[in-house]
Amino acid sequence: MDKPHSGGEYRYIGKRIPPLDAYEKVLGAAEYTFDLEIPGMFHVKLVHSEYAHARIKSIDYSKAIRVPGVVSVITGRDIPYRVGIYVGDRDLLAIDKVLWIGHPVAAVVAENLRAAEKAAELIEVEYDPLEPVFSVEEALRENAPILHENLDKYRRLPAFNPKPGTNIANYFKLVKGDIDKGFAEADTIVRGRFKLPYISHAYMEPQVVIAWYRYSGDIEIWSSAQSPFAVRSLLSLSLDIPAGKIKVNVPYIGGGFGGKAGLGWEALAAMISRHVGFKPVKLMLSRAEQFKSAPVVPGMVAEAEMGLSRDGRIVAYRAKFLFDSGAFADYTVNISRTAGYACAGSYDIPNILCESYAVYTNKVPTTALRGFGHPENHFVLEHMIDMAARELDQDPVKIRSRNLLKPGVSTTGTGVRLREDAGNPQLVLERISDLLDWTTPEVDPERPWVIRSKGIALSVKGPSQPPNASSSAIVKFNEDASVDVMVGTSNFGQGTVTGLAMMVAEAFGIPLEKVHVKPLRSTDASPYTWQTVGSRGLFTDGLALLEAIEDAKRKIKKIASQALKVDEDHLEIADGKVYVVGKPWISIPLEKIVMGYQFPDGTSVGGPVIGVGRHIAGLTTYLDPETGQGNPTIFYTFGGTGVEVEINILTGEIKVLKAVQVYDIGKAINPLLLEGQAIGGFVMGMSRALYERIIFDEFGSVANPNFSFYYVARAKDAPDNYLIEFVETPQMDGPLGSRGVGENVMISVPVAIANAIYRATGVSIKELPITPERLVKAIREQRPDLFEQAFKAYIDSMV
Amino acid sequence: MATITLKVNNVVRRVEVEDNEILLDVLREKLHVKSVKAACWRGECGLCTVMLNGKPVKSCLVLAVEADGSEIVTAEGLSGRPGELAPIQKAFIEHAALQCGFCTPAFVVVAHYLLTKTRGKVEREEVKEYLSGLICRCTGYKQIIDAVMDARKHYGGEG
Ligand code: FES
Ligand code: FES
Repeated sequence: MDKPHSGGEYRYIGKRIPPLDAYEKVLGAAEYTFDLEIPGMFHVKLVHSEYAHARIKSIDYSKAIRVPGVVSVITGRDIPYRVGIYVGDRDLLAIDKVLWIGHPVAAVVAENLRAAEKAAELIEVEYDPLEPVFSVEEALRENAPILHENLDKYRRLPAFNPKPGTNIANYFKLVKGDIDKGFAEADTIVRGRFKLPYISHAYMEPQVVIAWYRYSGDIEIWSSAQSPFAVRSLLSLSLDIPAGKIKVNVPYIGGGFGGKAGLGWEALAAMISRHVGFKPVKLMLSRAEQFKSAPVVPGMVAEAEMGLSRDGRIVAYRAKFLFDSGAFADYTVNISRTAGYACAGSYDIPNILCESYAVYTNKVPTTALRGFGHPENHFVLEHMIDMAARELDQDPVKIRSRNLLKPGVSTTGTGVRLREDAGNPQLVLERISDLLDWTTPEVDPERPWVIRSKGIALSVKGPSQPPNASSSAIVKFNEDASVDVMVGTSNFGQGTVTGLAMMVAEAFGIPLEKVHVKPLRSTDASPYTWQTVGSRGLFTDGLALLEAIEDAKRKIKKIASQALKVDEDHLEIADGKVYVVGKPWISIPLEKIVMGYQFPDGTSVGGPVIGVGRHIAGLTTYLDPETGQGNPTIFYTFGGTGVEVEINILTGEIKVLKAVQVYDIGKAINPLLLEGQAIGGFVMGMSRALYERIIFDEFGSVANPNFSFYYVARAKDAPDNYLIEFVETPQMDGPLGSRGVGENVMISVPVAIANAIYRATGVSIKELPITPERLVKAIREQRPDLFEQAFKAYIDSMV
Repeated sequence: MATITLKVNNVVRRVEVEDNEILLDVLREKLHVKSVKAACWRGECGLCTVMLNGKPVKSCLVLAVEADGSEIVTAEGLSGRPGELAPIQKAFIEHAALQCGFCTPAFVVVAHYLLTKTRGKVEREEVKEYLSGLICRCTGYKQIIDAVMDARKHYGGEG
């Protein structure tokens, strides 16, 4: 889009434009899969395992089937398929063996949900219990019980490396330089052991799917899924059905955050539909099932070691990440891989050894969440840097500055020279510390047991996707020169769709109201995109769209050149018209061109204009299986978070007073919606830092499967004071110079909060969430003097 | 089984319900009123909130039979004029106070009630407290609160 409209300035790009779908949403008129019904559809209720690890001896559904309204009960043996995106390790319903409490063992199908629910309770399953494993440490023991005996037989993508005969679903190793030499040269070494809990995506619309397997062998799916094309291809692969016979529809999505990427329950619903006589069925999870049966977010334990020279150069970094993938790791294998290859974050470290595992345990399976692998590896890395700064008595900002990757100069952890136009991490760091006003912590003079402190953490991330991931886009003109924009990327509120529409309006100089992006994505009507994940949507689908715009422009100019008898090279398009360059008074409105041009005598040329464009990752590679070296991603977005928090030393309560978010996104296409991402990502990160954890009881059962005991941030917890800034270092091959950011905004939030606590108190918190109890305990252990002092001040204030 | 009468967004509806059926299910499943959402079915997320005789209630906690004879308003009926928006809905659009939009119908209903009840005279902290019965996982709340604060002027407050 080299040509802004005739005024020379952008009319839409860079402007604060509300989301195009907001009108429907404020009325509650936007339709989600949750809302859809098909006449005559049946409802499905799942029956879950009550054992963490057991063989199924028998399933007796004789009572259930007699409940009025019940039409069928299906068990794993009826549909013995395995599915999964990176590793095909998931069953549709447990086949012979259950792997966690909550594992679906049977599906009841009924005319209404109430009947299905009633019948589900009457199903009797007999089990032969097996020894379970609940932690990665146990699962890695020599003689640990094995969850997946047939691991070597599962379909998998070549980037993944399971260890058959063990519980290791994936092993990844990143090797750069000489780690032993690096540590030998270090003047100081800091070490840490970190732990992150299992958490829930807590998207508001539950996972829900309607499937209709037809007599013709065609399958139609409606699903609350992020990636209709991935759903189609995985259904096709695992059920052995030609892709062209499967249609996946995705209307509005009530939140996904990665948890609805890849394949959900679509294969199960499709097979149930077939099983009940080719009738449509709807399968929707309850909130409790979202915690107990649906994939949640893996826990992690990590150990890390960082070696530095006296002057604060990081000379060696070693880390080991153990991801607790639960019973299935179809997506989590890629979380472990990503945490490994991106372990060095924004820093230029000459000697690196990062190992990363995804490990099966008898707990609820896991999947991607916003930025996966990065919130985890940054929680480790960014806190280690603060530990090193304290050890060396250096400023956390300065030590970061000294070690930052230099675009055009440095090589990344995976051995790629960082491109010149990759962004400006130094400026990002500078802006965060300026906006945060990087002063030293202070004690509240009124309440001396309360300390105010500031913390900082950086992040860098690009999409973690297969090297050949691709996208496409279509711009299709209507009679009134309005445009239907057809893209594959899904809409769960990220703002991508509005940004894309703005690009089209800008390119043709037409009002935004004349650009239509329909809410429905469908695999037979929308152009292909691999997935809507990884902050890739605006970048990859945006590039495809720009190519489609150019294609449409070429076609328009060709028609106009015949109409005006002027060479195509002498035409330009702006303000909804085709102009002759240098003679703007000679023009034709687009309306007269886009369905073909008609001469005064009635003859005509051209025809309806449709522009087509595409994008493929291109230069990304598989990573070397021994060293992890290679080019993993199509762009990097540098950024980071600064926080000011209030810490109550006596109660352990943390209050966020101020949040700074700075990201180098190349070009801010819509600052209003970008701020929405930065704020939403901050609060999600803060909620993860302070509140969120799935608790398992001693039997491996989720003890808090609801929003009373799994607390997510509410309005009263959220800060008001934000300073958000977007640095604009253009990415030469990005759409209008832009980069993705939807996930980045959450990555550095938890560790920035931990760093603020550390800075003021010297109390290092290496485990989330930072609950008041955990913080008070840590303060009393690590800084009893501080606690005593605060306590004394409190007592003094009483008298 | 009982037959109840409800006035939903100004339209009279009669429907057969079971004694233990919740209002939420009757609205969504039997009357196909989809502008009511749900995310927990146990009173924790607030997304099933509707106006029942002028007061916000969580419709998953109300038995349908108890609502017999009452008037129910949801987001689509909030302005009282079909297809038109209440001021709070316009403010939500302007402030981009929504992302996935799944929570939005409940937030606008509750915010509209608060602004109407207080005639727009309400402070930021009160708004935050009042809206804390609802969950939004996407927005981080700030733009929602901003929208409510900004809409106060249309309800008699200062804005
Ligand atoms: S569905 Fe009623 S409060 Fe959540
Ligand atoms: S906008 Fe998605 S839950 Fe609020």
